[in-house]
Amino acid sequence: MKTRFTRLLASSLSVAALTAGLAGCGAGPKDGANGELTLWTHNAGNAPELDAIQEVVDAFNASQDNATIKVQAFPQDSYNDSVVAAASANKLPCLVDIDGPNVPNWAWAQYLRPLELSTDLSKHLDSTLGNWNGTTYAVGTYDVALSLMARKSDLDAAGVRGATIEKPWTKDEFDAALASLKALGRWDYPLDLGTAGTGEWTPYAYSPLLQSFGGDLINRDGAQSADGYLNSAPAVAWGTWFRGLVEQGYMAQKSGKDSTLDFLNHKSAIVYTGSWAADKAREALGDDLAVMPSVDLGTGPKIGGGSWQWGVSTGCANPEAAMDYLDFSLRSENIAKVAKATGTIPATDAAAELVPGFEPGGTNRILMDFSKKFSVLRPETPAYAFISSEFEKATADILAGAVPQKALNRAVKNIDANIKSNKGYTN
Amino acid sequence: MNTSLAQTTLPNPSHDDPAPAPQQKTSITSRYKSREQRTGWLMLSPAVVLLVLFILIPAVLSFGLAFTNARLISPHPATFVGMDNFARLFTDETFYRSLVNVAYFALIVVPLQGGVALLMAILINTKVRGVTFFRTLYFLPVVTSMVVVSLLWMFIYSKDGLLNEIIAKLSFGALQGADWLNNPSTALPAIMLMSVWQGAGFHMIIWLSGLQTISAELYEAADLDGVSRWQRFRYITWPGLAATRNLILITITIQALSLFTQINVMTQGGPLDATTTLVYQAVRSGFKQQETAYASAISLVFFALVLIISAIQRYLTREKS
Amino acid sequence: MATILETKTAKVPVAAPAKRRRIRSLSAWTVRVLLGIVFSFPLLFMFVSSLKPDAQIFGDLSSIAAFLPVGNLSFENYSAVFDRVPAARFLINSIGISAVTVVLGVLINSLAAFALSRMQLRGKGIILTLIIATLIVPFETLALPLVWWVNQLPWLEVNGFSLSLTTGWLDTYQVQIIPFIANAFSIYLFHQYFESIPKELDEAARVDGAGWFKIYSRIVMPLSGPAIATVSILTFLPAWNSYLWPLMVVQSEELRPVMIGVQYFFQLNVSWGEIMAYSSMITLPVVALFIAFQRSFVNSIATSGVKG
Repeated sequence: MKTRFTRLLASSLSVAALTAGLAGCGAGPKDGANGELTLWTHNAGNAPELDAIQEVVDAFNASQDNATIKVQAFPQDSYNDSVVAAASANKLPCLVDIDGPNVPNWAWAQYLRPLELSTDLSKHLDSTLGNWNGTTYAVGTYDVALSLMARKSDLDAAGVRGATIEKPWTKDEFDAALASLKALGRWDYPLDLGTAGTGEWTPYAYSPLLQSFGGDLINRDGAQSADGYLNSAPAVAWGTWFRGLVEQGYMAQKSGKDSTLDFLNHKSAIVYTGSWAADKAREALGDDLAVMPSVDLGTGPKIGGGSWQWGVSTGCANPEAAMDYLDFSLRSENIAKVAKATGTIPATDAAAELVPGFEPGGTNRILMDFSKKFSVLRPETPAYAFISSEFEKATADILAGAVPQKALNRAVKNIDANIKSNKGYTN
Repeated sequence: MNTSLAQTTLPNPSHDDPAPAPQQKTSITSRYKSREQRTGWLMLSPAVVLLVLFILIPAVLSFGLAFTNARLISPHPATFVGMDNFARLFTDETFYRSLVNVAYFALIVVPLQGGVALLMAILINTKVRGVTFFRTLYFLPVVTSMVVVSLLWMFIYSKDGLLNEIIAKLSFGALQGADWLNNPSTALPAIMLMSVWQGAGFHMIIWLSGLQTISAELYEAADLDGVSRWQRFRYITWPGLAATRNLILITITIQALSLFTQINVMTQGGPLDATTTLVYQAVRSGFKQQETAYASAISLVFFALVLIISAIQRYLTREKS
Repeated sequence: MATILETKTAKVPVAAPAKRRRIRSLSAWTVRVLLGIVFSFPLLFMFVSSLKPDAQIFGDLSSIAAFLPVGNLSFENYSAVFDRVPAARFLINSIGISAVTVVLGVLINSLAAFALSRMQLRGKGIILTLIIATLIVPFETLALPLVWWVNQLPWLEVNGFSLSLTTGWLDTYQVQIIPFIANAFSIYLFHQYFESIPKELDEAARVDGAGWFKIYSRIVMPLSGPAIATVSILTFLPAWNSYLWPLMVVQSEELRPVMIGVQYFFQLNVSWGEIMAYSSMITLPVVALFIAFQRSFVNSIATSGVKG
């Protein structure tokens, strides 16, 4: 019976291998072949943003007869896992939503085709363009900007000067402000930098602080090594300072799940949050709300640039229609529609005119100024996906009390090994 | 095997088998037997084919990848790199930390969860009125998804969460609970406790199915003799559960070694690698870091470890009985 | 066994068994109740919180009120859930996927266990060991190669009256069902249970001319209620709770199961009340199923008289 079992095993294996071989040759029909293009987006469960995108798509479908776009929404937290799994099986749709820093990785893997748009992208915020090797592979209709929010009344009570875009807080000023706020005794922790966040939040929120100290995630010249950047003296100073905020009782090692809500509920005095929370906070606090730039920790305030962007997959059977849709979605009124729904910064000045609050002199215009003045892109290299996860771990370790130099050295060692094993990601 | 029986179950005697007449008896038996073989394989084959298709083949694929430099996303085809991934793994300090964590977890959770589950199974293996209700209560955590359970317990374990409130109230404010999940020395024990809480009901059901194969007459006889509860357990229940015990031991061990979801939701391996595990490390490498081949190498080492541990357990339990 | 019992019981004084039994029963009840509290309080918290607005959930966290339906209660979170997630669709999908997995799982695994337990198969010990060895492989480590693999598999598609051969199982119902039907754990449980059913029953049936399939369907399976119930529940749970797999292989919203819905709530502003409401909603069907099945758990062989 043993022989029969092995025979059965062998035959099922060979049948399996055969089907695999056959199937490998002719994968299923390509998306877009029959004039119906699929669009994947990251905002399932986020009705305002999804509805805005659906409206743009509906308008496009109604505007011409050549192609129909179908929206397929995924939940944000797991979006990347879903899409990468589909990509590894060669099942990407024509139009995909991508988090900006991942664009070079996908372009390198040949999942994205270079954009061929009739829109003039030179008037768009730089941080809304997904470039790699001098080619644009993705374009976003909005960006987001991080800021420090506080109540003016609290700052006054502690005798702290409000930071402005012309005169941001210096590191010493910021530390002194935290000490005075803490001395008021109104909060367990005066500062909330959103330390409960995981995943891409960590590099998005904290690598600009590292850059303000003078460190960086990688040597941006060629992007071949992180040595001397992520583990440099300024980077270690950042780590020591960051952990110091926890040790001095200025912020929690792990904050609450919803920093904005905690801030509005008087659980913190200063919250580090984005443009998406500005409207909600203003509604609750009115004129008492202070929206301030991030801290100048040495080389000027920095914030992360680059949010969700759109690209066209290489497997798309009808790239012309996909490009047409992108051009359509980049019309000012469509950019404005999405920005309004999501509380984000519209990609162009022309669109900004159409979004209440973002017109010149508007209450939210300052966020657009932060983005223009302070934003730094995460390194535009295919290695970013790996760098991001290493930085996330190093930051978590430092917050939990690891020796910064050691944690950062380890990240550098892993990043450099990864780049080397991928032949420098140069193709 | 008796021939008349075989004949009655052979409805078609003209089944062609040119056996010589003198040996007719045995040939019918063997024909019956080969029919039994065929029917047996027919019954077995759907399950075997599915297991081959969806466990064996992907496992072989995965293990094959461990010797290449395959990536989740890459324009370059994978090439054979020999033992490179293993060489890297054996110099990775997180790997050794994972081993220690998993061993610690298994050593505590296996006896604790098995014991609690057995206690519950015995408590509800009666026909007393009202017990049904408790059976449902004990099983509630099992029917709740681990993702949801992990979210709930993050509330319980948070610094000003439920657990610390209870500790403060019970000690009249004298004791202040820890920041359970953010403290390297309490994070893993906290996850152990939650895992036992979530999983015990499952093994209660397994114990229960074992308890029910023990004849009620034995207990009735024991009751007539008025034996103590402990004696009842020691001399009837425990020996009657021998087969179930092995199953429980193996499944809880495998469950403990495969620790992943709780870690992924609650701690991401932190603080300071205090809760990192092999499966977590494999998923992080394979998904987030796109290093498919390295993840496969971790899986292969994991598989080998579980195999060794199961073999040891089998050997030990066999010796006892 | 009997001799051991006799020698042991001889040493026990036979005084006041009724009183002792009462104390025993009282202590057993105390333990039952304590365990009951421990095992249900987080879920009580979940359900109670699902009726409260977010601010109050956090406000009540530091007192017993976290477990009590007090304050500003409403079903608002539940109606908000339906605005955010196609919950009805997800529930129907999960019920369908789980039900088919359970039915096919019980059938296929019990057949395999039957062959291994009742029939004279050569090498069956080795086969059983090999089957159990598949338990060792955690699903997470197989997931990635499996995604690639199921995308290579063929499928017969039925369109009205025409059949067509398609390739790739991604984004279908079958990809959520078929890989999880055969299960070593279920086979083992059935096997263990079948072993306790006396083999004389089969032999008697064979004398009456019954074939193996008849013995399986008319004798062994009808006596295996508790095993079927156990396997059903244990197959249903992972099918219902599956999360990582559908995340990777299902792209269409129409085909998604309930657990993916949990992710819909983790947006910039997390609504904990809605998460609690959704969690309660997706837990309830499983509890109901368990209550429906649990009668079978106690229908032991011992009491049904098969063993005697």
